[in-house]
Amino acid sequence: MSISSSDVSHIARLARLSITDKERDLFGSQLSDILTHIKKLEQLDTSGVEPTSHALLLENVDRADVVKGSLSEDEVLANAPDRHEGFYRVPKIIE
Amino acid sequence: MQLYELTIKQAIELLKKGETSPKELLEALLSRIEAIDSKVKAFVTVTADEARAQLGNKTDGALSGIPLGIKDNMCTKGVRTTCSSRMLENFVPPYESTATQKLWDAGAVLLGKLNMDEFAMGSSTEHSAFFRTCNPWDLKRVTGGSSGGSAAAVASDMCLGALGSDTGGSIRQPAAFCSVVGLKPTYGRVSRFGLVAFASSLDQIGPITKTVEDSAILLNAICGHDPQDSTSAPEDMAGTPDFTKQIGRDIKGLRVGVPKEYFIEGLDAEVEKINRDAIKQLEALGAELVEVSLPHTDYAVPVYYIIAPSEASSNLARYDGVKYGFRAEGASDLMDMYMKSRSEGFGAEVKRRIMLGTYALSSGYYDAYYLKAQQVRTLIKKDFHDAFKHVDVIASPTTPEAAFLAGEKTSDPIKMYLSDIFTISANLAGNPGISLPCGFTKNGLPVGLQLIGKHFDEATVLKAAHAYEQSTDWHTRKPAL
Repeated sequence: MSISSSDVSHIARLARLSITDKERDLFGSQLSDILTHIKKLEQLDTSGVEPTSHALLLENVDRADVVKGSLSEDEVLANAPDRHEGFYRVPKIIE
Repeated sequence: MQLYELTIKQAIELLKKGETSPKELLEALLSRIEAIDSKVKAFVTVTADEARAQLGNKTDGALSGIPLGIKDNMCTKGVRTTCSSRMLENFVPPYESTATQKLWDAGAVLLGKLNMDEFAMGSSTEHSAFFRTCNPWDLKRVTGGSSGGSAAAVASDMCLGALGSDTGGSIRQPAAFCSVVGLKPTYGRVSRFGLVAFASSLDQIGPITKTVEDSAILLNAICGHDPQDSTSAPEDMAGTPDFTKQIGRDIKGLRVGVPKEYFIEGLDAEVEKINRDAIKQLEALGAELVEVSLPHTDYAVPVYYIIAPSEASSNLARYDGVKYGFRAEGASDLMDMYMKSRSEGFGAEVKRRIMLGTYALSSGYYDAYYLKAQQVRTLIKKDFHDAFKHVDVIASPTTPEAAFLAGEKTSDPIKMYLSDIFTISANLAGNPGISLPCGFTKNGLPVGLQLIGKHFDEATVLKAAHAYEQSTDWHTRKPAL
């Protein structure tokens, strides 16, 4: 199982990671190795087997719709890399 | 005996009798950290001032005056929580995780935050963005991971106990490598609120301690339903049955399953011998050994390396340089800022797993990878369900080998991943598992015995572990530092 370098670039873009050419080659070969290892799963016939997304079989978890306190604006924004008054500030989005 | 060498149980008794004070105990541990952490490098942050301020907050709690270390992926209000990542290097949480809050409510004090593999992704604590934690038994070797700081700090008497988190073995594997007791509770037993998310269907917080009884004491404090974590089990399942009650009971007639798939090629011969002797010791204590089969064991690592990275790629999408965490300088626009911040903020292993998960979830591959893995997860879960019809606990080695040398596996991710081959299944199936010291190799490296129990039956796991522990003296040995 091998992943092409254009696949790696595509995945990196989807994951919002910019990678160098060197990283692209390294990740490409490592991801290919890992996927080859994972291929082992194809040996198993899983037709009709229900998927498990969670170890416990919990059904819908409800709670009463009650208003509770929350963090203050200052507490929420305290860790923001950049802020302006009550807002997060980010680089321009449109030209 | 030095104060820092005490177990939690011993410290509670001395404090009760007034033979030492919380202040004396805390200062003894702070001096110990001062003296040896430059060698072991377990702490990312030591919170001496906060700990001193916490003393006396609650004098009649189950853990009053007990100094503990916390893995640095559990949010501590006002105390930097880094996940050993550049991404969160300066993150100061505005809230407290439920598990740690429960410790402070019981009177425990925070000694500091412990090193780990970045975002808990790793098996050696070499993937910390800050520094590698060294194995107290041989500083050239790894502690295991990802809770390597927690295991090393407990093993070297820098805290009386610690919390770790376990997604694929991250409590049990470092516990085995460092000769301490590490318990991964049943999924849902302990709230994950405030635990920085890695793979949410697998992550579970648990204690790392010097003895099995201490493990039961800490589990008592942290377990229970939490309305803030809707995946925590209902109180009638997750609640507090007092795990210390089973401690000290005999194990006559206990059925111990020995899975044939765990004694395989790739298991180090010395580690195998030590584990087989440990299992014989359980038999000598009155347990009945039963061979069991967990036929899908071989598929656990591949399943894990689809499910965990898939969940991680989704969970770590939140690190975008906007709301908190690292933001790169000099971005030309918003997209560029996302890409640069994530690329500079995450280390190589985290990027690798995000990319693997992104691939497995991407259009056209979902059925072949993610869905397939979830189906095989069902089969692995059924293996345990079937085996537990015949036995009360399952015994196996915790790891296929003792602690490896630093740098030995960092360039080969698959080799690193296979070091969790015996621990991953319990996460996929949700079962509780403990690792406890069961001997040393000829080179003086610790070996761990793993006991896995039925869902929500930590009591039996702790009973069996305690019976074994008390019939040996492995847990009393200390590394020379």
